[in-house]
Amino acid sequence: MSLTAPRRRYRPPAPLGGRRVAPGGRRGGRRGATALAFLAPALLILTVFVAWPMLSALRTSFTDASGFGEAEWVGFDNYVQVFTDPDLFDAVRNTLWYTVLFTPTAVIAALVLALVLNSPALPFRGFFRTALFVPFVVSLAVAAYAWTYLIDPQVGLLNHWLGGVGLQLGNVLEDPQLAMPAVALVAVWKNFGFYLVIFLAGLQDIPGSLYEAAKVDGAGPWRRFTNVTLPLLSNTLAFVLVFAMIAALQAFDQIYVMTGGGPYGNTQTIVMEIYESGFRKLELGFASALSYVLLIATLLLSVLQFVFFGRREKDTQ
Amino acid sequence: MIARIRPSTVLGTMAMLAVTAAVLLPLAIIVLTAFKPVSEVNAFPPTLLPQDWTLDNLRRIVDELPFARLVLNSFLFAGGVTMFALVFDSLAAYALARIDFTGRRTLLIAIIATLMIPFQATLVPVYQLVSDLGWVNTFAGLIAPRAADAFGIFFLRQFFLALPRDLDNAARIDGASEFRIFRSIVLPNAVPALLTLAIFTFVNNWNDLLWPLIFTTEREMGTITSGLTLLTGPGGIVPYGVMMAGALVAILPLVIAFLLVQRRFIESIATTGIK
Repeated sequence: MSLTAPRRRYRPPAPLGGRRVAPGGRRGGRRGATALAFLAPALLILTVFVAWPMLSALRTSFTDASGFGEAEWVGFDNYVQVFTDPDLFDAVRNTLWYTVLFTPTAVIAALVLALVLNSPALPFRGFFRTALFVPFVVSLAVAAYAWTYLIDPQVGLLNHWLGGVGLQLGNVLEDPQLAMPAVALVAVWKNFGFYLVIFLAGLQDIPGSLYEAAKVDGAGPWRRFTNVTLPLLSNTLAFVLVFAMIAALQAFDQIYVMTGGGPYGNTQTIVMEIYESGFRKLELGFASALSYVLLIATLLLSVLQFVFFGRREKDTQ
Repeated sequence: MIARIRPSTVLGTMAMLAVTAAVLLPLAIIVLTAFKPVSEVNAFPPTLLPQDWTLDNLRRIVDELPFARLVLNSFLFAGGVTMFALVFDSLAAYALARIDFTGRRTLLIAIIATLMIPFQATLVPVYQLVSDLGWVNTFAGLIAPRAADAFGIFFLRQFFLALPRDLDNAARIDGASEFRIFRSIVLPNAVPALLTLAIFTFVNNWNDLLWPLIFTTEREMGTITSGLTLLTGPGGIVPYGVMMAGALVAILPLVIAFLLVQRRFIESIATTGIK
């Protein structure tokens, strides 16, 4: 899910003799009717399956609906519950911890690799770019099986190799401290190639002349990075950071497969909790209230993303 | 002129090779384990390459799951969403990009606003709605809620805006209807954007776990992605070899398709910030 801001493109001025006039659509009403015909199917879907459920969820979040019987109006009880229920507090805390583990790791890995890949002297750049991007088209749930096998305490190849260099991890997915970093790392593996590609596009927009000028002025590689690359990449960087944070808030697939929220609820994230309470325990009011917490967090980040995307667009023009 | 190879380039290349190998390891494990006999899958110390290649795992996955059905469901679900979304999104995008009508700007802002809503946040009410319609465990239930999507509309609108208008105007003077201009002029010129959106939508839906998990409760209606989780569910302790065989079939169509179109796909993603 992403947000992109409208691009402002240069449009040539209208031809002399007035605005573009469609012979069949001179009158606004008729044009409106044509537009409506084009928009109707999409608007119907978006209204029925996005807008209306949103409002209905807002209503449900003030009731004790369970899918059975009449729902009673319970006011802010569900929200009070969200903010006082220890399980829910844990879900929010776990999601934040996951975000903290995932976001910088994925973004920094992507940035470093993009910088290496952007060096013209590197051979096989196309191959590396494609290979690093492949995980992005692989299902996170399916990849999670491969990772589970790789870190299996008995027969896992990765565990065995790490043990060989003195890193005894034990049963990672049963370990309250290690389970969350493990599932976050799987998401890093899946997503960093995508961020890398966005960084590469940003890097390629930086004019080479700036680096030449910096070299002439005697700037070394590090100075060129901090004084040329970083400032010119800052909007792309901010955009990717927010993008990664939004993705982190929605963590579900690999956690469902690898830990099921365990051990001891230590990887129980917000979306895991929405799934459990909404579809297993049928506490719909509770799940709806939690959905709104997710929604508001995402909206706040999306507004930020909107701003940065706009700036990034301006940079690249 | 012979280029001088610098030590930093050699180091960089070796580092990239190591990183790439590490990144591809889980995929290699899926492929190699799928063809390993049980004894080797559970052997200690574990090995990377199979000694004896076997098709047992692939055979067993067919027995454990309604396998052909799940793969077919994945194709119908991801393909259906892609087809509808492409048609509905491009129609709406055309109106927003090319037809002047009152309220266009407001409507565009409203559509951008729905783009910020994560689908996980509306799962509960959407499920209730689909359930009231009697669409649980049907393709209608899986596909209809995703038959149009704000991102696709927005993405295509941006592309349509950038297409030159000279041809439209000429066609209008010749008396062509808006629909004709859309179909015969705008769509043929938007093939790259439509293709990118199609691949993206297909991949996202094929790989989605939560959506089919919720909208299908019968085994026979699941997708390959959600069906695999049945193998690991309560009591479903399944040998890793069988699991990897399932994983192989689940990722193979997409990886092959991706490798065929990778260049254009990666480049269009880079410039649009699509997700």
